[in-house]
Amino acid sequence: MAKILMKGSEAIGEAAIKAGCLSYFAYPITPQSEIAEYLAKRLPKIGGTFLQAESEIAASQMVFGAAGTGVRVMTTSSSPGISLMSEAMSYIAGAELPAVFVNIVRGGPGLGGILPSQGDYFQATKGAGHGNFRFLVLAPANVQEFVDYMIKAFPLAEKYRNPVMLVGDGLIAQMMEPVDFDNVASTPQGDVESWATTGCKDRETNLINSLFLDPLKLEKFNDKLADKYNRMRDEEVVYEEYAMDDDPDVVMVAYGTTSRVVKTAIDEFRKEDKLKVGLIRPITLFPFPMDVLRNLSAKSHVKAFGVVEMSIGQMLEDVKWATLERKPVEFFSRKGGIVPNPDETKDFIKNIFKKIGA
Amino acid sequence: MQYEITFAGFGGQGIMTAGKFLAQGAMNHGLEVAWVPSYGPEMRGGTAYCTVVISSKPVGSPVVKNPGIAVVMNRPSLDKFASQIKPDGILIINSSLIEATSEREDIFQVQVPCNKMSQEVLGIGRSANIAALGALLGVKEMIPKEEIEKVMETKFGKKPKILEDNLKIFRDAYELGKKQRKNA
Repeated sequence: MAKILMKGSEAIGEAAIKAGCLSYFAYPITPQSEIAEYLAKRLPKIGGTFLQAESEIAASQMVFGAAGTGVRVMTTSSSPGISLMSEAMSYIAGAELPAVFVNIVRGGPGLGGILPSQGDYFQATKGAGHGNFRFLVLAPANVQEFVDYMIKAFPLAEKYRNPVMLVGDGLIAQMMEPVDFDNVASTPQGDVESWATTGCKDRETNLINSLFLDPLKLEKFNDKLADKYNRMRDEEVVYEEYAMDDDPDVVMVAYGTTSRVVKTAIDEFRKEDKLKVGLIRPITLFPFPMDVLRNLSAKSHVKAFGVVEMSIGQMLEDVKWATLERKPVEFFSRKGGIVPNPDETKDFIKNIFKKIGA
Repeated sequence: MQYEITFAGFGGQGIMTAGKFLAQGAMNHGLEVAWVPSYGPEMRGGTAYCTVVISSKPVGSPVVKNPGIAVVMNRPSLDKFASQIKPDGILIINSSLIEATSEREDIFQVQVPCNKMSQEVLGIGRSANIAALGALLGVKEMIPKEEIEKVMETKFGKKPKILEDNLKIFRDAYELGKKQRKNA
């Protein structure tokens, strides 16, 4: 099979199946209901389970239950629905279970709108639910990359026994792009017998639980989780460098849809103004590519950073922290479902160069 | 090389399909593509539009503020999109439903009686979108027209009569567009 032209939502559904995920529980919400629609059609035919729950709360608790039995499971939703799932997310992390969540982010807060946004960065990377836990957060920027990271998400969740979240937006979910499933293969699941509730005949009972009434035990458990997240910081950071070869004066930072707009703006700007600007695109939002940005901030050729987001400034805080604000960190954003266009992004880059006197 | 084409009309005119055929054809031709629909709250009978980006390198911004080409199938679409086309761009107008043209003099405008061309073959205007696509390729052959014909063969292959009719509409419109190209 060669490349096929596929809608983002449908590609996400197909990728989950290719990843070996045959259990999907969800509640529809725009702009990603097509994922549920696709899996409702596909899963029953291949012996999988599709279940439309009565709410996002129920869907996420079903994910909790299924994950406890050691099967690959996922749910998908969009911002308001993800908020409703936050209780289960905390319990799943607390019970150290692997599961995959997809958030096709829409404008917020509250019901917000249905158009693309990156306003859930804080929620995904820092505040998915109560207690001391983190998601491993992946932010693909096109349909093929979404497929590739869907495949990686399940083994990653299993490696850490921790939920993994993929974030996208309505643009990626609704648009069609070429996708190649040829080189897409699922990784076999490792041992689940040691922790999953698969029936305890001839072995010790496995218990799925997140209750630790003994504070010393809970503290120890929290430390264990902290170690896990530190290990992610050491081993899982993924980012892309774009136009970084010639030691650019200005380094842009953007992820997902916004990074594509920034790339176009960079290409046009470099052609027109002959000034050097590059991009660091975080692909993992947590763990954040802290070191690469900190190192760049100490380089003499870097005069300023420019962050572009569809939010009022969320990843911006991580960039400021990563760079220790050794160099100015400028910010440009569109909100409410509006995707920045290349022209205004180019103007933003121009202004940064003006400020640094180039 | 990069082309951005916006197709616009009202729901039911096959706007999304025309864009998909072009994107599919371009992909089969080995190019990078993105097909971006309008989505959001729309009235029934309201405008529907999609943008196709065709490029020789991976598509950066799928958001296009000023497309090089617009194909407008109804009057509201002409009013909305004619002003957005890049200077020296192309505007294909469905003259069966739109009497007017744009006041702009810095774009190349081609009037194509899309509904009429469909009616002449099918008796109804259902394939006006195919006529528009044919005319577009005639005016600007971004990819060989055979690539679109192959896509149609795949889509309509099980219904030979429908395929044959649509191929005729497509080819007639292509010739019409091609003639205009020569005049330009």
